[in-house]
Amino acid sequence: MSDDHWLVRPDTIRKLWVAFIAILVLTVAAELFVDWHPHFAVESIPGFNAWYGLGSCIALIVFARGLGYLLKRPDDYYETVAVTVEEPNRKERRRNG
Amino acid sequence: MAEGLTIHPALVLIAAGLILPLLRGQVRAALVLAAPLVSLWCAWSLPDGVSVTWTWLGYTLEVVRTDALARLFATVFAIMALGGGLFALNRDSAMELAAAFVYAGAALGAVFAGDLVTLFVFWEIMAIASTIVVFAGGGGALGAGLRYAVIHFFGGVLLMAGLAGEILQTGEITFRAMQPDSAARWLILAGFLINAGAPPLSAWLPDAYPEGSWSGTVFLSAFTTKTAVYVLLRGFPGAEILIWVGMYMVFYGIVYAILENDMRRILAYSIVNQVGFMVTGIGIGTEMALNGTAAHAFTHIIYKALLLMAAGAVLYQTGERLCTRLGGLFRTMPLTTICGSIGALSISAFPLTSGFVSKSMISQAAADQHMLTVWLLLAAASAGVFLHAGIKFPWFVFFQKDSGLRPPDPPWNMRLAMILFSALCIGIGVVPGTLYAMLPYPVNYVPYTGAHVVGMLQLLLFSGLAFFLMLGWLRRTQTITLDFDWFYRGFGWAAAQVAAKTGRAAWATATATLREATLRLVDTLSRHHGPEGVLGRTWPTGTMAFWTTLLLGTYLVLAYL
Repeated sequence: MSDDHWLVRPDTIRKLWVAFIAILVLTVAAELFVDWHPHFAVESIPGFNAWYGLGSCIALIVFARGLGYLLKRPDDYYETVAVTVEEPNRKERRRNG
Repeated sequence: MAEGLTIHPALVLIAAGLILPLLRGQVRAALVLAAPLVSLWCAWSLPDGVSVTWTWLGYTLEVVRTDALARLFATVFAIMALGGGLFALNRDSAMELAAAFVYAGAALGAVFAGDLVTLFVFWEIMAIASTIVVFAGGGGALGAGLRYAVIHFFGGVLLMAGLAGEILQTGEITFRAMQPDSAARWLILAGFLINAGAPPLSAWLPDAYPEGSWSGTVFLSAFTTKTAVYVLLRGFPGAEILIWVGMYMVFYGIVYAILENDMRRILAYSIVNQVGFMVTGIGIGTEMALNGTAAHAFTHIIYKALLLMAAGAVLYQTGERLCTRLGGLFRTMPLTTICGSIGALSISAFPLTSGFVSKSMISQAAADQHMLTVWLLLAAASAGVFLHAGIKFPWFVFFQKDSGLRPPDPPWNMRLAMILFSALCIGIGVVPGTLYAMLPYPVNYVPYTGAHVVGMLQLLLFSGLAFFLMLGWLRRTQTITLDFDWFYRGFGWAAAQVAAKTGRAAWATATATLREATLRLVDTLSRHHGPEGVLGRTWPTGTMAFWTTLLLGTYLVLAYL
């Protein structure tokens, strides 16, 4: 149970990448052997689903990163909002009253 | 109220929930497992049409109305109660499982409700029971639970106003298909949509659900949003605005999940995303789309529960919920890794899993209607689901870096629940016919065609490529992402603080001024009327005689004038 589990060895990871790329190529090549019934013209472009999937994911990641710059806060954000305001103690209140 | 041997399936679960806190040990376990099965049996033995009515204030309430759609949702709710109950058997809170069963029962009640009043009653019981399930999470759940309750009671108020208006205008209390064409119906739609997690109030979901306990969140994921999908399916099929509401939810869920670090909040955002697919399907409104929506709700409940069980198992074993602190758990939690990955593949609609046979019906409906934009957005969203839930969740929790954590797989009941739901995910994916036979309309759809399988594999695997190519940009940080709830948690809180501070200062000035004025008044009074005051002190009799003489003298003079 040490760090050199076979699945995380660089050698295995390299082999996994090779296998992954081979599968990617195969799924695109498989297009030639199935019946397409395109509903829209855009579907007839070779490898449409492949580049469309890749492209939309990249677009989503880029958009999310941009939004992250605007809206990301440390994960104790709401706790710090709550702590910054000091609750006046009783003595103070009595003095004010 | 019974006719023949009709037992309301909702009452079985609600009664079981109320008895549960009194029981211990094996009797309790037996009831937890038996009640959902009895409830399922009751649901399936109900005859089609209205079987229980009740007269109330001159209205005829259709307490139980059964058809294929109601039976489909009742079935998956009962399966969910069974799986969730099994998973939660070793949970040490008596309150949580009891509330969860009442919650599930109320959801069944809403499903069988044939009129708006019955629907509203069960709707509110769900809100209360689910709030208790959130509260049972302890710790940070108190604040989140209160915010959750406030939003849901607000939704309940909108719904109540809407259905009062609807009953006033039409004189009908039957719950039937409508179009949003009057103020009352818009209010009903808004009330439904709040529970579905629609914008702008969607933040209640990722705010509250991840604060539930490791077992409570599994229940929470299933009932509220899917009951909302059910009532939208029944109430507003084909309302075009829902297409765009759904689309917004789909992409909101993806983008926020990409930015999120808490593993269960990732899954909570992805509930909004998945419900978005269903809301879009309801907006498209054809038989294919409505079938797809119903089927997707069914499969979604099972794989989302499975994902949250895997996350719950990790939380239970490690006490950690942040991706930044997790990773490498596949070494010692192989079963949880496999089951979690099956859930992740199902939500991504991989071939041979349940998502593949249900979600694709919604895309198909968009294609049949020649809605190119909707179809393209749905395809991009399918790719995005694989990105934010399909790979991201298993990758960051079970693989990625080695966190050094070496927890074993969870106890037997949790393992069994995960295996059961994994089997359902794959079973439905391999043999979709059983699910299709339960859908409200006849199904004329074949999911496994060469083109569909190859197209989907391309879409998903290349999304996977995008994930690994851009891993650097996806690295988790210890952050949250601001959402609409900032208006009531951040801005609202600050505004309340400013108001309190100003108010306190104003109050202090006002009381000081009043105090001074009062003291001055008392001083003046005591000067004039006090023991030494000119009006209060004792005067000599002579003075009195003098003034009386003067008065009488003046009177005399005036009398002679």
